[in-house]
Amino acid sequence: MNPRRKKRLLAALAILGGSGAIIGLMTYALTQNIDLFYTPSELVNGKGHSLEKPVVGQRLRIGGMVVPGSVKRDPQSLKVSFDVIDKGPIATVVYEGILPDLFREGQGIVAQGVLINATTVEASEVLAKHDEEYMPPEVAEALKDMDHMKSDYGKTES
Amino acid sequence: MIPEIGHFALIIGLMLSILLASYPLYGAFKQKEGLMRLARPLALGQFGFTLISFLCLVWAFIYNDFTVAYVAHNSNTALPIYYRISAVWGAHEGSLLLWVLILSGWTAAVAVFSRTLPLDAVSRVLAVMGMVGIGFYLFVLLTSNPFERLLPIFPVDGRDLNPLLQDIGLIIHPPLLYMGYVGFSVAFAFAISALMTGKLDSAWARWSRPWTMAAWIFLTLGIALGSWWAYYELGWGGWWFWDPVENASFMPWLIGTALIHSLAVTEKRGVFKAWTVLLAISAFSLSLLGTFLVRSGVLVSVHAFASDPTRGLFILGFLGIVVGGSLVLFAWRGSEVKSHGRYELFSREVLLIGNNVFLTAATLVVLLGTLLPLFYKELGLGSISVGAPFFNDMFTVLVIPFAILLGIGPLTRWRRQSWAPLAMPLTIAGGVALLLAFALPWIFADSMTWHAVLGLALAIWVLLATVHEIRLRVGVKKDGLKGLMRLTKSHWAMVLGHVGFAVTLIGIALTSSYTIEKDLRMAPGDRVEMRGYQFEFKGVKPIEGPNYTASAGVLAVYKGGKELTTLVAEKRFYPVQRSVMTEAAIDAGLTRDLYMALGEELDGGAWAVRIYYKPFVRWIWAGALFMSFGGLLMLLDRRYRLKGRVVKAAKQQGTSPTLKQKEASA
Repeated sequence: MNPRRKKRLLAALAILGGSGAIIGLMTYALTQNIDLFYTPSELVNGKGHSLEKPVVGQRLRIGGMVVPGSVKRDPQSLKVSFDVIDKGPIATVVYEGILPDLFREGQGIVAQGVLINATTVEASEVLAKHDEEYMPPEVAEALKDMDHMKSDYGKTES
Repeated sequence: MIPEIGHFALIIGLMLSILLASYPLYGAFKQKEGLMRLARPLALGQFGFTLISFLCLVWAFIYNDFTVAYVAHNSNTALPIYYRISAVWGAHEGSLLLWVLILSGWTAAVAVFSRTLPLDAVSRVLAVMGMVGIGFYLFVLLTSNPFERLLPIFPVDGRDLNPLLQDIGLIIHPPLLYMGYVGFSVAFAFAISALMTGKLDSAWARWSRPWTMAAWIFLTLGIALGSWWAYYELGWGGWWFWDPVENASFMPWLIGTALIHSLAVTEKRGVFKAWTVLLAISAFSLSLLGTFLVRSGVLVSVHAFASDPTRGLFILGFLGIVVGGSLVLFAWRGSEVKSHGRYELFSREVLLIGNNVFLTAATLVVLLGTLLPLFYKELGLGSISVGAPFFNDMFTVLVIPFAILLGIGPLTRWRRQSWAPLAMPLTIAGGVALLLAFALPWIFADSMTWHAVLGLALAIWVLLATVHEIRLRVGVKKDGLKGLMRLTKSHWAMVLGHVGFAVTLIGIALTSSYTIEKDLRMAPGDRVEMRGYQFEFKGVKPIEGPNYTASAGVLAVYKGGKELTTLVAEKRFYPVQRSVMTEAAIDAGLTRDLYMALGEELDGGAWAVRIYYKPFVRWIWAGALFMSFGGLLMLLDRRYRLKGRVVKAAKQQGTSPTLKQKEASA
């Protein structure tokens, strides 16, 4: 093989090997870090055509409306628990820390965390609707059929 | 009346951009000088009318003209004047007008500052910028007109600016970021016009280098400022969230960084030409992609504006035309681009290929992580999110080879480098770096994390290699300081850029390893200790602002029994938008920030309080400042102005300019 070709072959092999390694690593990192989104009813009844339910211990995101009157605070610490709802079934979110500014009863939220039993999520992060005009599309979708929508979010413009 | 003038001026801007995109290009094709000479006045006119249009909108904000829908939605009489002005780009329509203004500004700058370039080259570049302009003028005029009126029924007062945006950081962050985004259109235009003629020589690379660098500086500053803003304004002390919109600005930055390195090789060695062109196209395409992601509202993000499918569709179409068109052109003409020049396996060229490979890989990681949720959703596979750990892990892996190569790169020669002279200093640098990386946390911190060790080792490695490189260039023994003065500004630019990278790396490694975050329930009089600092909660007092009311939490900070400072963090309520905002209080320092934010009120006079100890967090932004300053030095380098004169002088004498320039020291 002449030296020029040899060099090219080496370069091509290096790039192939490198990109292979990176893609492999990326796929692995992705499988560890993809979080599926569930609504409370999907959590209870299953999601999609196959009605797949998440398993306890799985990382996931849950989104729904905070049920008015369900927010319970621990008097000694910053532990808090509240219920979220979309079309019927209710799921509970427990969290320790400071809730976002826009967290209010009757508002749409998204919580990221781990499922600790069939209907309870231990959240590591709670995101609330960002301002009057914006809400996470996932929540908007989940809440689409609810009657509350009209009264609460009717003002929201396109 | 004034808003209508603004609207008409914008339409004239569109007309001029259509002329700019067609006449000079046709002139360059037919070699008609008269038509080519139109390019500069058209570019200046386009800028002039767009500026008029922009000022009209500013006027509407200053004088509270609530008959204009955009003003009514984003301003309020109680809003202080400076926020009324920055509100111009506080939402979708106005920020696009700013975008168009900046685009026409860059176009005008090219027209003004490239008098030394051949006329046909300038005409082509300006024409390509005109084409980009057409797309954006149409976008503003057809889908997002900021001058729309609310007549005859208009509100007495406006709905106020989003409180998150009422901040000094947000006055300058979007313009800086847009300067960067749009600035890459110049590099793009140079690349496309070079593809049109097939003349991709080192002159082309030299012309587009300063423009690319200028855009990159703005983007660097814009991103750093955005990160700093998020840190103190969002109230949870994070400085990077891998939010889709942050990613959207980070991708052009990564590719832009690859581009400025690749351009250097193309200029000095005449190789990597096709790759450089591809990078220039990618940088601008990613800027457009970023715009699409922000404007269409397809992604969940704190930055997302109210979504409107037609807008998203328009940008997606435009993106398709730009990317598709330029790639077709590239496929058609790219094969004619031949790189000459040979280099061995161990040479500066190959190390810079390494730089480009890793930066491109990093871009792909960000791209995949950002778009995957979107694809999932469109394919009906459900809604997912890609967590921050994905990006963190990938970047931790990628930064290792990247930083190692970065240390070696400047020490090597073009074409060929032998191992022998480098082996010794590099071994020492590597050894010292590892030693210090273990020793420093062991001495100064109470625990050792492998993130901290890794980050320190890489950063110290880069710093040591950089110092060694300067010593080599100067020859310490011979003339010391005088030798330092002899180094070119471009050289110092590179040094500062690399030092900046190391500084940022140290900041990231130490902040992410040694931050202490405590969310506490505190009643007045409660004390807490953290890293030798004692914090005492003094309670909450009410405050009255111009357009808000606030509760201010007071926290006294003691160190060694002495009072150090008092932190006052606010929880603001903005009545017009009925929204609550957190204003963090920060005691900044070179080696640590003390950070406090107020949570919600709890029973019995207690409040939820966040207290953070964030070591070396300032270094993250300081590094970005170093890098930008380095970029500025490169722009000031005489090479880029002197050569202009050489070309001009040579042209007047009717001889072709001698472009081979003795490589300054490199």
